[in-house]
Amino acid sequence: MTITDEELAEQRAGLDAVRVPSRLRVVAGRFFASSQGRAGFALLALMFLLAFAGPCLGRWSYTDKDFTAFLRAPSAEHWWGTLQTGADVYAVTLRGMRRSLVVGLLAAVVGTALAAVVGAFAGYFLGWTDRALTWVTDLLLVLPAFLVLAIMSPLFAGGQWPLFVLVLALFLWMVTSKIVRSMTVSLKEREFIQAARFMGVPPVKIIFRHVIPNMSSLLVVDATLNVSAAILTETSLSYFGFGIQPPDVSLGSLIADGAKTAVYAPWTFWFCAGLLIVTVLAVNLVGDSLRDAFDPTARKGRQ
Amino acid sequence: MSERGECPAGAPSRDGHVLRPEPPERAGGARGPRASERAERERRPGRPGAAVRAEPVLRVSDLDVTFGSGTGAVRAVRGVSYEVRPGEVLGIVGESGSGKSVTSLAVMGLLPPHARVTGSVRLTGHEILGAPEKTLAAFRGKTISMVFQDPLSALTPVYRVGDQIAEAVRIHRRVSGEQAARRAVDLLDLVGIPDPARRARAFPHEFSGGMRQRVMIAMAIANDPDVIICDEPTTALDVTIQAQVLEVLKRARRETGAAIVMITHDLGVVAGIADRVLVMYAGRAVEVGPVDEVYYRSRMPYTLGLLGSIPRLDVGGRRPLVPIGGNPPSPAALPPGCPFEPRCPMAVPRCAEAEPPLEEVDAPGHLAACVRAGEIEAGGSPPARVQRAETGGRTAGPAAAPERPARPARDGREVVLAVKDLVKHHPLMKGTLFRRRVGTVRAVDGVSFDVREGETLGLVGESGCGKTTALMEILELARPQGGTITVLGRDTSALGARERMAVRRDMQVVFQDPLASLDPRMTVYDILAEPLRTHGTGDPGPRIRDLLRLVGLDPGHAARYPQDFSGGQRQRVGIARALALEPRLVVLDEPVSALDVSIQAGVINLLEGLKSRLGLSYLFVAHDLAVVRHIADRVAVMYLGRIAETGPVDRVYDSPAHPYTRALLSAIPLPDPERERARRRVLLEGDLPSPADPPSGCRFRTRCPLFKTLDESGRRRCADEEPQVRPFGEDHGVSCHFAERLNVV
Ligand code: SF4
Ligand code: SF4
Repeated sequence: MTITDEELAEQRAGLDAVRVPSRLRVVAGRFFASSQGRAGFALLALMFLLAFAGPCLGRWSYTDKDFTAFLRAPSAEHWWGTLQTGADVYAVTLRGMRRSLVVGLLAAVVGTALAAVVGAFAGYFLGWTDRALTWVTDLLLVLPAFLVLAIMSPLFAGGQWPLFVLVLALFLWMVTSKIVRSMTVSLKEREFIQAARFMGVPPVKIIFRHVIPNMSSLLVVDATLNVSAAILTETSLSYFGFGIQPPDVSLGSLIADGAKTAVYAPWTFWFCAGLLIVTVLAVNLVGDSLRDAFDPTARKGRQ
Repeated sequence: MSERGECPAGAPSRDGHVLRPEPPERAGGARGPRASERAERERRPGRPGAAVRAEPVLRVSDLDVTFGSGTGAVRAVRGVSYEVRPGEVLGIVGESGSGKSVTSLAVMGLLPPHARVTGSVRLTGHEILGAPEKTLAAFRGKTISMVFQDPLSALTPVYRVGDQIAEAVRIHRRVSGEQAARRAVDLLDLVGIPDPARRARAFPHEFSGGMRQRVMIAMAIANDPDVIICDEPTTALDVTIQAQVLEVLKRARRETGAAIVMITHDLGVVAGIADRVLVMYAGRAVEVGPVDEVYYRSRMPYTLGLLGSIPRLDVGGRRPLVPIGGNPPSPAALPPGCPFEPRCPMAVPRCAEAEPPLEEVDAPGHLAACVRAGEIEAGGSPPARVQRAETGGRTAGPAAAPERPARPARDGREVVLAVKDLVKHHPLMKGTLFRRRVGTVRAVDGVSFDVREGETLGLVGESGCGKTTALMEILELARPQGGTITVLGRDTSALGARERMAVRRDMQVVFQDPLASLDPRMTVYDILAEPLRTHGTGDPGPRIRDLLRLVGLDPGHAARYPQDFSGGQRQRVGIARALALEPRLVVLDEPVSALDVSIQAGVINLLEGLKSRLGLSYLFVAHDLAVVRHIADRVAVMYLGRIAETGPVDRVYDSPAHPYTRALLSAIPLPDPERERARRRVLLEGDLPSPADPPSGCRFRTRCPLFKTLDESGRRRCADEEPQVRPFGEDHGVSCHFAERLNVV
């Protein structure tokens, strides 16, 4: 409940002009005010930069094969060494990361958004909406996700990765959506939702303005976990030869391959594994700070 | 007083041998009471005279409680001392955060280990502060026992009530299980539980709140303790049940001769039961003394302020309340001098220098911690006057409500809300796997009232009377199950989407709990902008600034979140939001009951001021009849889904005609010890019947004191024929076949 001096000064300055930053600005401001948030964001930005701009620096492209160097250790020629096929580890790892970053982040965000919307609608409207949505949720829960993905894998070949992202997201949201639904049911009874209702705010607006923001902590944590889950699912799918199809690569397929040679050619494994770890760490940092940034009551926790 | 009042429910037969009937032997200790105390005692019959001369059974001195350490240390209690003698009732009053509950927990040794407690607590001569847990356990329940606010959490849900009491008996006594069980039944009988032998086999959840509190009292007196500490024992209860429980407490004191420490925020409860009062503020005792001294000759501006800020049930006319400005200090950041200094209307520079000690003022035993205590005129000056004369423009918020302007007669004004024969029944479901309907909860069953332009209708009743259900039905603006609701001339059953929106704009609501009714994720700006944006009115900025000013908040605070504000300020935000669209009707659902008294007064004044300035009409739903008397023009009393009585406030309060209204009014404690002593209580028996199965005929029949005095034919009429609201003089309606006028307050 205490207000920092800085804020007080700010308020005194603008005593008369009621000038209030939008919710987005507030959240962004609070996010970047925490060192953890800044570090996470910088790390994630670095990963993206590496994934998208990095390949331009290298001499090799991910499709190239150097037939003079199979499974070579890092050198001036091949910065991170080469694979058994003669492919440049630097080039393929960055290419793989590009896929994994995009697939992981997108699938996580889409999955969580789906969970939030479906759960909130089901919980808010109850009745038929709820029954229909719950039925769909339960159906997807009992479908063996891995099998469906495996069956659909031929569709993902030939650059159809956005479809892959969608299908991946489709199997990520059900449990969260059930949690969101039950939270919405109790949130709906809260007086501020009632107040909005009696003010004449339309239900859909209430859901997006009051219900979902009040679950932001849960959703951010869920999205963070989903990023890892999506990357790992993709990895395991790729391991079995589904998912991202060659010649495209992902961190998953690289790790799967690299694991076989990791013992005597560590460079084939550790670079992609390390990048995966750093990425997940960055996402977690961002997620944590984002959760605090969304929650105005978390202010006291970080100084 | 208790001795003269009627007994509550199922007046149990008293077996003298069950509990020691005679005053405790140790009462014959030291002699020589102070003259004034003896005089005081003699005016009050029925008091065990020996008690006064006794040694204190509980003596607390210089009690200090600190949570945390270093810069974050919070000194919750600072040097509190008090003592109680056998048979004496000490009332500890204070607002939330004043440290009153922490004090008692410290005495019981129930604070968490990270609390640092210093000072001394002597119980019947033994030091118990810092005593090993084993020693404490031997004292707890036997010599000192406690009654909590929430009896449900203090009772174990899976054990039968009788067994729990028997267990309490057996911890401290070697008796057979059978004897203990018998004693448990006797104790339940003593605290007025009807059919105690059968009820002893029930589980806690089968009891109502009032009955559970009786069980707690039974457990507390199971071993004839010397001291009973009651921490807000009646706060969660309805007034008629509160009156019963207070009566039981008085009886418990009589039977056991124990001293009672009564902790409460309700000055009325203290006035009725306490012999001496200790007022706490910011962790310190700021005034101590015999109850009459403290109430009639307060020497501390805070006590004066408290007394001046409570709405009075027994005062008609519109005496504006005198709020105490500001907010209580945070215990982590106390001002260096008198802790009340920032809010004190009489503060002088001297006050900020050092904390004034608690010193005796003229009457013996009357202590106050104020440098100007001597200047405060002894007696004769009503608190409000002192406070205002000295204020010098330091009161916060808008000035007290102005006199109401002359208005056209009630009949000439437009009806803004008309409710006719409103019915709302919920299905009562049972079973988890196969849910089936086992009955109907008749929450609202044929209720009619109307609100005219510019007036305030108070809808009052105890919990479960259906007032909130009625309110929600009105706010839904849907077709009711039965009857009609007409808001601003539009029948809700025939509203189109656009018309409904228009009505929503003109009818706004303020909820009870300001923290729950404001979205914690939104800034105050966004909260206030929401209604404006929803109803599409240009840039909300300037309007928000005006609104914040209107309710006495600083517009510069718009960027803050609700949780950055204090309770009273939050409720002001809630009010500002309701006023954003310039409504004509505002529905207020218990808007001040979550606030401390000193804060409450400011919000009530604000509501009154806004009403006359903006020409609003209020539907004010509340359980606090004193607040309603203060703010409402007309009142409708509900009982079990029906209107019992309706009419102009002064008329209903001064000469209530329905037996329920009478009982309700007489159950409310007045913050006035003399009147409280002189009053005759109409105690109601038992609990509210279940709305799923209301009694036939008159719903109040099972508890009606008048019904008992009727002859056979009269009783039959009450049981067979449901009374309708019939006119009882001008604009006054009563639903009782045998209503008559009577003064109670
Ligand atoms: S000491 Fe001063 S500030 Fe404190 S209550 Fe007395 S007059 Fe007010
Ligand atoms: S109608 Fe009969 S039972 Fe009902 S309130 Fe009147 S006297 Fe009592």
